[in-house]
Amino acid sequence: MASVAPTVEFDLDQISLRELNQFLHHDLGSGDHVEITHPNGRHSIAVGIDADVDVQIRGHAGYYVAAMNKRAHVTVHGNVGWGVAENIMSGVVRVKGNASASAASSGRGGLVIIEGDAASRCGISMKGCDIVVGGNVGHVSGFMGQLGRLVVCGDAGAGLGDSLYEAVIYVRGQIASLGADAREEPLSKSDISALVELLDQAGFAHEPSEFKRIASSRTLYHWNAAHLGSYG
Amino acid sequence: MSEESYSYNRHVIDYIQQAAERGVYDIRGMGAKRRLPTFDELVFLTASLSRYPLEGYRERCVTKTILGTRKAKRPVELATPITIAGMSFGALSARVKEAIGRAATAVGTSTTTGDGGMTPEERQSSKTLVYQCLPSRYGFNPDDLRKADAIEIVAGQGAKPGGGGMLLGQKINARVAAMRTLPEGIDQRSACRHPDWTGPDDLTIKIEELRELTDWEVPIYVKIGASRVLHDVKLAVASGADVVVLDGMQGGTAATQQVFIEHAGIPTLPAVRQAVQALEELGVYGQVQLVVSGGIRTGADVAKALALGADAVSIGQAVLIALGCNSRHYVRSAGGDHAWESVDVTDEYRHLGTEPGFCHHCHTGRCPVGVTTQDEELEQRLNVEWGARRLQNYLNVMTMELSTLARACGKSNVHHLEREDLVALTVEAAAMAQVPLAGTDWIPGKKSY
Ligand code: SF4
Repeated sequence: MASVAPTVEFDLDQISLRELNQFLHHDLGSGDHVEITHPNGRHSIAVGIDADVDVQIRGHAGYYVAAMNKRAHVTVHGNVGWGVAENIMSGVVRVKGNASASAASSGRGGLVIIEGDAASRCGISMKGCDIVVGGNVGHVSGFMGQLGRLVVCGDAGAGLGDSLYEAVIYVRGQIASLGADAREEPLSKSDISALVELLDQAGFAHEPSEFKRIASSRTLYHWNAAHLGSYG
Repeated sequence: MSEESYSYNRHVIDYIQQAAERGVYDIRGMGAKRRLPTFDELVFLTASLSRYPLEGYRERCVTKTILGTRKAKRPVELATPITIAGMSFGALSARVKEAIGRAATAVGTSTTTGDGGMTPEERQSSKTLVYQCLPSRYGFNPDDLRKADAIEIVAGQGAKPGGGGMLLGQKINARVAAMRTLPEGIDQRSACRHPDWTGPDDLTIKIEELRELTDWEVPIYVKIGASRVLHDVKLAVASGADVVVLDGMQGGTAATQQVFIEHAGIPTLPAVRQAVQALEELGVYGQVQLVVSGGIRTGADVAKALALGADAVSIGQAVLIALGCNSRHYVRSAGGDHAWESVDVTDEYRHLGTEPGFCHHCHTGRCPVGVTTQDEELEQRLNVEWGARRLQNYLNVMTMELSTLARACGKSNVHHLEREDLVALTVEAAAMAQVPLAGTDWIPGKKSY
């Protein structure tokens, strides 16, 4: 008989954030299922997990929820503050509501899904993570994005993709304006398959061909012909 | 012969003509080169009849320094108050990082990572390693975060307060590029604002996040470039910092705009005094430690910084100089045990358009002595063993100079040095440091001492 992973419950009205995070860092069993109730907008909930676990946060979370996540699947059943899943390394973080500024900033791997809207600077400084936003993103999203993919199913605010490096942004709706050095490029086959994969993982049934591809025109790079091959 | 204009002298003319010719501003390495008030303008009132000195070399003078006592479970404990400032892998080679780590470990002090992340070489060689959290977040990750003995959130730097950095493409080899997740050979901008917080209220939450990530084990430092010091130190303290690192205008950089280096921020001398005032006004002096950097060159500078109220100092440019920066030669092993031979590289300095003693060309990646380079051939010029020994010597000399001055002031602990032990040689220094002008009891801005 297959064993059922145990569920561990934490009520943040009853225990401290520090106890919760220390449990998540040191006492988790593989495959554990963690339920967190009464988050009440507290900051830094479930930061720095490095385990194959499923974490459900029942309510709104403050800044930096699931920051620096590795391997874990974290779902927030509510809205989140600044820097959700900042510097995420791997795993999946899903927000059922909206996210405030700097969602998944400097994320290096893994997938962040915002089912609602994300505010300004979504994906700022991203370094390899994937982000799918069901609604709109605020201004200067994707700023200095180095690597990874940001998919926006709604509209994007002003200055999208400013100073982009090698990250790629896909937008289905309107773009208020592009930032410095960002440009629209035609969708390639590999863009379509990336979109199919990411939309599928995020659970959004949009037609990939409806998206625009935004990438760096690389005019702000220090051009060096000898390294042209590295630019992809 | 006609007279040279003061306002439009040959340097100004050259600057205007270069700007007109090239249409770009100057980017360079190191720190401010113009004349600035330094600790040289202060002297100690050592003991005679009114104070008893301690016997040099015989009576103990404690140099032990503890940083991060406010909230961390494991404060940083050092054998000397002289620490090594953050310098990036990218600006420096991995060999230099290793030499620094070895020297620091030998003398019992800490080293600091930089923009670009933590290299295994420096973690291995450094007993106590401070991990920087910078706006760029290049190479930043939770595994290295947990390996750190302290975390330093960099809000600013003395060489460029309010400005970001730049690592020019010529220094981006495959390893540097991979650590920073960027293509090889492109100019890499380092942002001046953190991606996930803005202002002191956010910083409070950011600090708490880093504490949660590291189980409240290690101290959190906040580094600021000296500009509005009184306010910035107070805000860093209010945000929850265990340690404030204050980098004065003389602080170095691997590369930034010359206009920043020479025209932004305030010198270290007045900055220390303002920082101490801020801590005193908040009633946290001694509880939140102050580390001062920017133009600390000698044991006397360290002693003066401590007397003004700092708990420790950190050095960057002086480390590079100890490792051979601006030297006419580099050395290579001559076979036998500790036998070295010098190789003259004056021509290579000339090739960069400079001379030994005048170089600030770190940004080019063509460092003639192999200190600030990523070039495979050039970086070999820094012999790790030789460099570690030199730096160890230098750190030991400074620590001995420091304790010598402390003993002469009658102190059995370098941290007992106090402002009362100092006077200033110029009115300006007296005003900035708020110590009396030598031979008087006059402190500018105060009625009496
Ligand atoms: S000698 Fe090397 S480290 Fe020193 S200023 Fe010149 S390039 Fe920089």
